[in-house]
Amino acid sequence: MTAPKRNITAPKGLDDDAVDRTVRRQVAVGLQNVSVTYGDTVALRDCSFEVARGETVALLGPSGSGKSTALKAIAGFERVSSGTVTIDGRDVTHLSPAKRGIGIVVQSYALFPHMTVAKNVAFGLKSRGADRAEIAPRVAEVLDMVGMGAFADRLPRQLSGGQQQRVAIARALTTRPEVVLLDEPLSALDAGMRKDMLGELQRLRAELPDVAMVYVTHDQSEALALADRVAIMRDARLEAIDSTDALFHRPPTRFTATFLGGADVLPSGALRTSRPLPDGDHLLAVRPWAWRFTRTAPSNGLRVTVEQEQWRGSVRHVTARVAETGESIGIDVPVLVDAPLKAETLWAEVDPADVMVVPQ
Amino acid sequence: MTAVLDAPPAPPEPAPSRSFSVPAWVWVLPPVAFILVAVAYPLVGIVARTFTDKAERPAGFATWRDTLTDGAVLSALGTTVKVAALSTAGCLIAGTFLALVLAFVPFPGAAAVSRLIEVVVSFPSFLIPLALGVLLGPVGVAQSLGVPTGSFTTSLWGVVLAEIAFYTPFVVRPMLAAFSQFPTVQIDVASSLGAGPLRIIARVILPAALPALAAAGSLTFLLTLNEFGIVLFTGAKDVITVPMLIYTRSIVGQDFASAAVLATVQLLISIGAYVLYRLLMQKGMR
Repeated sequence: MTAPKRNITAPKGLDDDAVDRTVRRQVAVGLQNVSVTYGDTVALRDCSFEVARGETVALLGPSGSGKSTALKAIAGFERVSSGTVTIDGRDVTHLSPAKRGIGIVVQSYALFPHMTVAKNVAFGLKSRGADRAEIAPRVAEVLDMVGMGAFADRLPRQLSGGQQQRVAIARALTTRPEVVLLDEPLSALDAGMRKDMLGELQRLRAELPDVAMVYVTHDQSEALALADRVAIMRDARLEAIDSTDALFHRPPTRFTATFLGGADVLPSGALRTSRPLPDGDHLLAVRPWAWRFTRTAPSNGLRVTVEQEQWRGSVRHVTARVAETGESIGIDVPVLVDAPLKAETLWAEVDPADVMVVPQ
Repeated sequence: MTAVLDAPPAPPEPAPSRSFSVPAWVWVLPPVAFILVAVAYPLVGIVARTFTDKAERPAGFATWRDTLTDGAVLSALGTTVKVAALSTAGCLIAGTFLALVLAFVPFPGAAAVSRLIEVVVSFPSFLIPLALGVLLGPVGVAQSLGVPTGSFTTSLWGVVLAEIAFYTPFVVRPMLAAFSQFPTVQIDVASSLGAGPLRIIARVILPAALPALAAAGSLTFLLTLNEFGIVLFTGAKDVITVPMLIYTRSIVGQDFASAAVLATVQLLISIGAYVLYRLLMQKGMR
């Protein structure tokens, strides 16, 4: 799964327009300078990104960052104030959701409560006037795909949350959409079920190599597990978009570094780093798991005083204050390692390779 | 966390209470007594009256037999059910449409329209046929504008229109309440699946609002079944409903026995409609 290629030169026998058309076909979803406003409130500001066929892009951000608005703009549920939305090369900015050829899965499942599982799944095909003979086999096929074939005659209220979400996914896939939009699909599930469904979504992703997926979440672990690229949203705008690997290891902004992986940002001279430094001003960022406590002065570290500790299952998350600057940093201590005592002053050490450089 | 070193002092013994508890059944007595006096006693009186003749002499089932085989009574029963059914259907269509527009089609003044509809409920029912008479009567506005209305307002359809105008708000309110609870995300999802507005209304919204629709329909049917003021003030001579017949026989004809039979029949139809509604609701819940 790759992002759409840019700057393609025309091969022999093809003019630039032909190449342009080829590139547009590869792009399944495109937002160009899209804004959504309600009166004086800006819900999405000048947002532009593309999603290629077969690619999964996660829109990741805190509440109110504009990620769901961006998804609704693609779906046609929100009226776009300015900009253009394209799906499979068509300008769909002013088209109704019914004519966009998308499938959507939402947090609350939104199954039709009076319809059986099979009727829920068949709804899209019937709405699009599919041939009767085609409906039953297709419904059975997608229900089997999500492991719900045995529940076709049940009503939604007779299913668990995870089962309902599987049905919602099946319903979104029945019409063979070019684009599937997932709006926090796992948020309503308990932790165990969320883990199972994450695996299910990864398997489904592999079974649908041509479908573009846009996955809205506030959970970075879901984004990192499922997405090829992650778009970080903040304050109604796109903060950064890149491959998961690039964003995680080379965060382009301070917010990206802190939101994705919970890094603490420090002044440029606070630590040594083995990473290349940019020309302009920069900051340093270290994730909690990269630190180690030591009672002897390390070659690359900070003098800190322990303030508080939270047990988070596999790690103890220690909050410590840097003696020199007074800043607070988070340090994860493996649960089998003794954590320092509260108010103890010691050293926090970090490998220069784990000190990220963030442009300022 | 601190350990407790000394046991806390024991709380003082509560002083023996002089109050005595009233048995629960005592609280039921006042409402039961009220219902017995205000509802059951008159009802029993009416039913007892059905077993007498016009001169209040015991008559067994003779009055029942005579009344229920009377062509005028059978015609009135048919007219009553017909007017109630047509009015209910009209109210359901108009009320559901209005509630759908008010709930799902945002437009300036929607709140004012909603309040206006509520105001109609506060009107006395006889105002509606009078208003229709002014608009559509033989010397009404429409007639003066050259639109022939004939004797529409005094026909069965005139009565039905007046009842629809008066009882539609009784459908709008519960339907609006039901639609306000409806998760709009279901509309979004249905739309993304290719469904147009009519299909969404028919297949997604209305089935979810079926309990409210059934409740509103049953209430309207019961109210229109027993409607008297609108029929009387319409002045439709050929539209004789059971309440009109009860009025004519008891007040005009002084035949209280026959009127009591009609009242009992009317009551049984109303209870039957309510029981049917409950059965449908229970079936729907399953």
